[in-house]
Amino acid sequence: MLRRYALPASLIAAALVLPFVDRALGTDFLFTAIVVAVFVLLALGLNIVVGFAGLLDLGFVAFYALGAYVCGWLASTHFRQVSFSLGSTARSLTGEPLPGIHISFWLILIIAAAFTALCGVIIGAPTLRLRGDYLAIVTLGFGEIIPRFFLNGDNLFGFNLTNGTIGIKAIDAPGIPFVPFESWQRFSQLDLSPWYYTILALVLLTVFVNVRLQNSRLGRAWISVREDETAAAAMGINPVTTKLWAYALGAVFGGIAGAFYGAFIKNIFPTSFSFSISILILCMVILGGMGNIYGVILGAIVLQAINRYLLPQLNDLVHALGDALGSEALSQADIPKYNFLLFGLLLVLVMLLRPEGLIPNRQRAEELHDEDPSTGDAMGGPARA
Amino acid sequence: MQAARDPAQFLSQLLIGITNGSIIALIALGYTLVYGIIELINFAHGDNFMIGSFVGLTVLSGTFFGIGLFAPITDESGLLLKALGVGMAMLAAMAVCGLLGVGIERVAYKPLRNSPRLAVLITAIGMSFILQNVGLLWKGPAQVPFPDLISGANLLDSGEIVFRYKDLFVIAVTVPLLLALSYFVQNTKQGKAMRAVAQDKEAAAMVGIDVDRTISVTFLLGGMLAGASGVMYGLFNGITVFNVGFTQGLFAFTAAVLGGIGNLTGAVVGGILIGVIAAMSDQYIGVRWTEIMIFAVLILVIVFRPRGLLGDRSAVQGGGE
Repeated sequence: MLRRYALPASLIAAALVLPFVDRALGTDFLFTAIVVAVFVLLALGLNIVVGFAGLLDLGFVAFYALGAYVCGWLASTHFRQVSFSLGSTARSLTGEPLPGIHISFWLILIIAAAFTALCGVIIGAPTLRLRGDYLAIVTLGFGEIIPRFFLNGDNLFGFNLTNGTIGIKAIDAPGIPFVPFESWQRFSQLDLSPWYYTILALVLLTVFVNVRLQNSRLGRAWISVREDETAAAAMGINPVTTKLWAYALGAVFGGIAGAFYGAFIKNIFPTSFSFSISILILCMVILGGMGNIYGVILGAIVLQAINRYLLPQLNDLVHALGDALGSEALSQADIPKYNFLLFGLLLVLVMLLRPEGLIPNRQRAEELHDEDPSTGDAMGGPARA
Repeated sequence: MQAARDPAQFLSQLLIGITNGSIIALIALGYTLVYGIIELINFAHGDNFMIGSFVGLTVLSGTFFGIGLFAPITDESGLLLKALGVGMAMLAAMAVCGLLGVGIERVAYKPLRNSPRLAVLITAIGMSFILQNVGLLWKGPAQVPFPDLISGANLLDSGEIVFRYKDLFVIAVTVPLLLALSYFVQNTKQGKAMRAVAQDKEAAAMVGIDVDRTISVTFLLGGMLAGASGVMYGLFNGITVFNVGFTQGLFAFTAAVLGGIGNLTGAVVGGILIGVIAAMSDQYIGVRWTEIMIFAVLILVIVFRPRGLLGDRSAVQGGGE
């Protein structure tokens, strides 16, 4: 009992005291921690789709974008035509009613989750009958359409839905009224700890859902459909419904992450939801270990660390080296340019050398090292003849 | 409505669509060939096309990473020199892209031949990212201009309907390539081997066909077509950019699926159709909606008719089940 809960409990405790440690050391680490946590949330959402149900989704960024835009629409002055407030922290200075829709952030999280789940079902229902690689391409198409739609949606028959390239600005801050702490009544950029605890709570909720799903009826149904759809169907599991649940649940967490991100960053625009984000999240899941919750969290942290710390550090290091050696090429080298190369190499190498990831899910590892091609396809679909 | 009001404009757009469609069709053939033989969506194929356009540009500008090899060929050059330059650029791009295709298959796909389908798709995406980064380092993040070698003057003296020398050039290059590919697949021994491997790998191996070599040849052919297509794209549109392979590749994949993946005729028909749809969307809906239109076509086709227009499940024409 004690041993089983020792690791998760210590990890949660470490996460809880992080802001205090950060303040004591004065490292200004919280902003990064929040961004990493958003990606952990996204990776956990995608893990349900890819890791548990074995459906490759190349357009996961679409749900992230939808969540962020739901947050933008419901908590900013974007829809000037109407004025509606509900439990929001936004106050007008003049006492006039505020233009636009302003709904409490906590409600928006629920609305965004429901909305993205609905979108997931709409997209998933007709496509989940397809074979794995076709499904991957459909999700990719969907993931390409959504940001482009946001980009072009500033004039839909004269109606400005998404404000085009400018995006939605000045999104309301979340807040909890009636609490005695000033910083919690309205989250600000001065004290990041309320943001941090909010996203931590969301991540823990997601982990809890992931853990509970793994051995539930649904989780087992996912494994069986992933292993052999025909056999699963013969045993009375409806493959389409089962996959649809995975898709919708994954979408929910993508949407929640998007809504939080929108409120946190305050300004959202379509270019921040590119295909490379989808691939980044996929890399996190694959590198960490598909279907393993610790693995996915580790993958997200490692890749974000590479992105935010290692590459800039490497950049400085190479420049210093170039100056020391008097090499023009090295001192001018622009390491962030190699970002794509890094992710490409990572995907190829992980798939060739250790397809089960850093911390493998035992079951998945066995499937991926199954050299006998006659026993079916570990990621959905029949064996390749 | 608008088309009826201005039929000449409509016809001009149709011609542009067919020309652009030929460029797309050549890429789509690569997707279809590879899919027919190993059932893999070769995600890196579009980026191979981009590399092809860069190789062509390098040959035409005569400089390689800042080292001047010969004087660049521009629109002031003589006709013979232009023809020679374009020919050389084509050959160089076809050679490089063909070998690149084979190399990618050897490094990233072959070790995973018995792995789950999606594992190979993931390495293909990885390769695509690597090639994109190579392009980014080679020519930078901005659009690069292509020398304007082929006249954009109108061939037809009526003036109403526009069919330029450029369009003629694309058609004149595409048709022989298609005929050559068709001849290769139908009439040569290697083509027969390709059809056999596409039908049944094990059985083909049993009757003495070298399966690995046949797969390499398939990638070689697909790469060569992508290289030719890349040079033509640059000459036709006057620009190229490091991430052109992503969108063009997706358009071409859409074309392959629309025609029926694994079907060579289908890839050509699908390519022309996608070209025409894109041209019409540019003219009558708005350029910025074109990509959304094509992706919507992709999704609709996959959902409602995954077999495509001409698709039977055979990989190469003449194949059975």
